[in-house]
Amino acid sequence: MSQQVSRRNLLGKIGAAAAGVMSASLARTAKAAVQKVLVSTGAAKGYDPTKHKWVMAIDANRCIGCGLCAEACKTENHVPEGPYYRTWIERYIITKPRPGSGDARGETLVDCPSGGMHGFPEPPVPKEEIQHSFFVPKLCNLCEHSACVQVCPVGATFDAPDGAVLIDPKYCIGCGFCIQACPYGCRFLNPVTKTAEKCTLCYHRITRGLNPACVEVCPTQARVFGDLKNPAPDDPIQRFYQNNKVQALKPHLGTDPRVYYAGIDKEVR
Amino acid sequence: MSPEVTNYVFEAMPHFEGYVYPNEATQQPLWSVLIVLYPYITGLVAGAFIMASLVRVFNVRALQPVYRLSLLTAFAFLLCAPLPLLFHLGHPERCFEVMMTPHLTSPMAIFGFVYAWYLMAVLLLELWFDYRRDFVEWSNRTAGFKGLLYRLFTVGVTDISEPAVKLDHKLGHILSIVGIPSAFLLHGYVGFIFGSVKANPWWGNVLMPIIFIMSAMVSGIALCVFNYMALSWIRRKEIDMKCLDVMCMFLFYALVVDAAIEGLDWIHRVYSAEEGFQVMQYMAREKLFYTLNLGQAAMGTAVPLLLLGSLQLFRKRVPDLSRRRMYFGSAMLILCGVLAMRWNVVIGGQLFSKSLRGVMSYKMEFAGLEGWFMGAVLLSLPFILLTVMIKLFLSERQEGMA
Repeated sequence: MSQQVSRRNLLGKIGAAAAGVMSASLARTAKAAVQKVLVSTGAAKGYDPTKHKWVMAIDANRCIGCGLCAEACKTENHVPEGPYYRTWIERYIITKPRPGSGDARGETLVDCPSGGMHGFPEPPVPKEEIQHSFFVPKLCNLCEHSACVQVCPVGATFDAPDGAVLIDPKYCIGCGFCIQACPYGCRFLNPVTKTAEKCTLCYHRITRGLNPACVEVCPTQARVFGDLKNPAPDDPIQRFYQNNKVQALKPHLGTDPRVYYAGIDKEVR
Repeated sequence: MSPEVTNYVFEAMPHFEGYVYPNEATQQPLWSVLIVLYPYITGLVAGAFIMASLVRVFNVRALQPVYRLSLLTAFAFLLCAPLPLLFHLGHPERCFEVMMTPHLTSPMAIFGFVYAWYLMAVLLLELWFDYRRDFVEWSNRTAGFKGLLYRLFTVGVTDISEPAVKLDHKLGHILSIVGIPSAFLLHGYVGFIFGSVKANPWWGNVLMPIIFIMSAMVSGIALCVFNYMALSWIRRKEIDMKCLDVMCMFLFYALVVDAAIEGLDWIHRVYSAEEGFQVMQYMAREKLFYTLNLGQAAMGTAVPLLLLGSLQLFRKRVPDLSRRRMYFGSAMLILCGVLAMRWNVVIGGQLFSKSLRGVMSYKMEFAGLEGWFMGAVLLSLPFILLTVMIKLFLSERQEGMA
């Protein structure tokens, strides 16, 4: 009989150990929740994220594909050399249909050499064969329902109350799930830090009253940036919404991007 | 670097065609061979456990000779299952955050818990209840280090009176019943990691967890067939043909369901031909031609279906030796086919751009963390563990005594 009790005791002890682990887990979760508030995001001291709602909009009609924005972003955010971009520019070339083909359009050719950082080479088709050609700057779409935030196993990436989608590099385990989940290809695994990385809207700048680097250098104001909670008297972002019919990328995925585009084509994905 | 050179280097990289997002133009996919092995090994665990449950829960007495072998197989593979996942992390030292501060909306966050549950609460306990009486007996009979090990494994519970053993049996039975949904959960959940990625039309699919569960069962049973035949061959022991026939019958039926569901998935994809279908067609015809059509569909599914199916019909007319060879061949083909299936899912899903305008190539390297060598090591590790376990817990002498 005593032996059976011993087994029961053993199971009890295992249960107690499991409960101990679980409660430690709960305590850590609570601690993490507190840490999240105090997380180092590069924000200015005294910055209150609940008092802002940052957003960017893209007027593709204005983009000339100079690539300054992509270059400025790489420099400003110390993005590593190679195929790693927080923002980039795509060039779309839609050719005329072959005569007699009965098609409305020809082929769609897209390219983005070096993220468009150094501009673009001559189009690969003769100019007279081009029906449309335009540039599309890309960046984090600041989704309302971000797939990347949803899948992060440790909550290292999160929606800041001011609209930015941020990553805590001290918390990221580098599993890459968020990179797989982002439909827009906006994330990459930094080969140096081995953590996920993405556009932060230059959080260290915007929390100090500056524009993101890409917006700052754009010579044609194709990138419009603003604070929806504190509209300026002649706010460019409000003007953008008023003057344009807008669309978002891949709306069928239900991510509800907050970055709106004006002047793009159905071919843009 | 000057712009000309950067442009040149970027454009000279031959590993993608069409347009891919610049962040996707990396040398190798983000998830490569380690993540191929992870669902493969996890699937083998789930399948081997289901095999053992056939004896314990569904009382298929013919399978008694492989009961313990299946359990030990599941255990050895389960111990190795998280290794590929761990090694592929950018920061493996932070892995416990997944359990300490899980983000509950993430399918990946639950892995730690499902894994711990399955390992600690199901498999380890079931093995212990099953072996406890033997541990006590062996510890009394065996001297030296081995005896000490057995004594340790008893955890001090040395009562082997009839009621105590009965209780062990009862608890083991209950655990087995709990274990079946747990095994489904373990692997269905792995399928959900991929199935939940809506950004990727190759993965984002409601059938994915079910496909993973079925292929897991198929591969796990095939592994048990392989292990049983290999062990008998090594020990020069007669194979229990009745046991093998029944095992392969279950293998055949699991394969039929698996093939039907995977076929259904493809029919649905082809018929609905949604966005991204063109790129998927291209993948099936070009990039994954060998692993998908030849490896997974023909050699991994169709041939074993034919072999096993014909044996279901004409079992009595085929001599034992030929039957054994056909079973062994089918098991090997299935094991390779399911590995090809994991490859097609994991690597295939990353060989095309999410812009759906281009495809990437992937050439596996030999050395390095994501190379052939590491893959082979990780795949051999559970077999090495299993060998040790068989030496300790399933030796011929012990079997003779049992």
